[in-house]
Amino acid sequence: MTESLDNIDHPVLKVRDLSIAYEAGKYAVKDINADIESKAITAIMGPSGCGKSTLLRAFNRMHELYPNIKTEGTIYLNDNDIREMSTIELRRRVGMVFQRPNPFPTMNIYENVIAGYKLNGIRLKRGERDDIVENSLKNVTLWDEVKDSLFKKGTFLSGGQQQRLCIARAIAFNPDVLLLDEPTSALDPVSTARIEDLLVDLKKDYTILLVTHNMSQAARISDNSMFMYLGELVEYGKTDYMFTNPKDSRTEGYLTGKFG
Amino acid sequence: MASVSSITGLIDNIQSRKRKNRLFLALVIAMSVLTVVPIVFIISKIVSNGIGQINFNFFVRSSPDTLQAMTAIANNDTIPGGIANGITGNFLIILVSSVMAIPMGIMIGIYLYENQGRRYSDLLRSLTEILQGVPSIVLGIISYLWIVKNITNGFSAFAGSVALAIMMLPMIVRSTEETMKMIPNEIREAAFAMGAPYHKVILRILIPSGFSGLSTGILLSLSRILGETAPLIMTALGSTAINYNITKPTSAVPLLIWEFYNDPNMVKLVWSSSLFLLIFVLTLNIFTGSLSSKRKIRKQK
Repeated sequence: MTESLDNIDHPVLKVRDLSIAYEAGKYAVKDINADIESKAITAIMGPSGCGKSTLLRAFNRMHELYPNIKTEGTIYLNDNDIREMSTIELRRRVGMVFQRPNPFPTMNIYENVIAGYKLNGIRLKRGERDDIVENSLKNVTLWDEVKDSLFKKGTFLSGGQQQRLCIARAIAFNPDVLLLDEPTSALDPVSTARIEDLLVDLKKDYTILLVTHNMSQAARISDNSMFMYLGELVEYGKTDYMFTNPKDSRTEGYLTGKFG
Repeated sequence: MASVSSITGLIDNIQSRKRKNRLFLALVIAMSVLTVVPIVFIISKIVSNGIGQINFNFFVRSSPDTLQAMTAIANNDTIPGGIANGITGNFLIILVSSVMAIPMGIMIGIYLYENQGRRYSDLLRSLTEILQGVPSIVLGIISYLWIVKNITNGFSAFAGSVALAIMMLPMIVRSTEETMKMIPNEIREAAFAMGAPYHKVILRILIPSGFSGLSTGILLSLSRILGETAPLIMTALGSTAINYNITKPTSAVPLLIWEFYNDPNMVKLVWSSSLFLLIFVLTLNIFTGSLSSKRKIRKQK
């Protein structure tokens, strides 16, 4: 069991007996237990409808927006039960980036980056705000491209730039964890490559959970991988090991392209 | 042989198809001409009859009394006075109804959007649809009963505003709900994913994102109530002087048209007031159209 991730030191997130149902009795995610390594990229892969996005959205309790979704079990963030945290505190520490770039259409680039502060009613001094915007945009390598048009609408950027803006918006809050739900599936290969480089760069400071249906992406940038199938966590291990020695026949089938 | 006859049949068929096409085209053209003719006639009649009375006084003076109008006609002058009391009254009544109906309508619309498929919101949606179908004169009677008899103890601009606000409400509710549906769900989720509280998401994200849609709905509802006469007869009643007190009887342009119509000496003013109202509503509609076309362009991007 050398590939096992049972003995991660100080996992930032611990998933315990997590099940999520959209309808009573129909589980999209079944009984998941996993520890997530800190300051690393963990990829969640699997075929469409296997529950990977559903799992991801449990980490910042997004499911609570939809009252018909029932969640059992829990997740611990730094040993705190996320069910007992306020959503404001939780979502401040767990940032999220979505599949399609979604900068706020009425806000300019500058406002988009500090939107988290604005929406939570946190007042900042002008200097602090400027620093946060500059640092966040530099972290996502967008600063040089937009520094002269900070007050233009974010929706005029290209898709890849918009997605980097969304990552900047998420890290402006300085979260512990960054959730990314297929962040490159709507982007061209060049923009995808830039985002991937960026994620590898960002893992120095953040724990990254990346949902992807792109196996080669998981192979390229992730440290650990989860393979999910029909709501179950089939296999979870070091990416290098799992891609070369899948234990489960379903993982092997997926990795070799038998289904997906 | 069979194949030859079927080919000739096909050719005959093509001939008859072409004839049908031409017939249909002619019919469509005839119908559209039939639609345009009355519009042109209405506008030209209103302009030619109304333009004579339009002058500076028309916009700044109150409506004249019968005697003034009679003398003017006898002397072949233009009728003195104007519709200033109606214009200011219109603005007063519409302002007060907007203050009541716009926030309420937007809030109900957002509620309906956020609670799709729930029993209470479905009921609420059907009720607003019923409200949309209630004849305006009935709303006038209701407002008479509520406001004129019990609150302002007399005819008042406020009573008129209440009647018109009830008319505006279903249109604003519906357009708000439709606008909210057009905002991508990801935008909403992105805001919630930042830990934003519910009211901030509505005020800072949803309403600004749907601004052009919301204002289109509001402007359409305004242009609908601008020409309303029946509910105002029972509520605002009318006044010959300019009035800014919402508890007092107030005039409005459509009310003035009705009063002018009942006075044989003031017929000319009917036309010029109609011209004013027509231009006002038309301007509002064109403005609304430009707003919504801007929105379409933004959506395509």
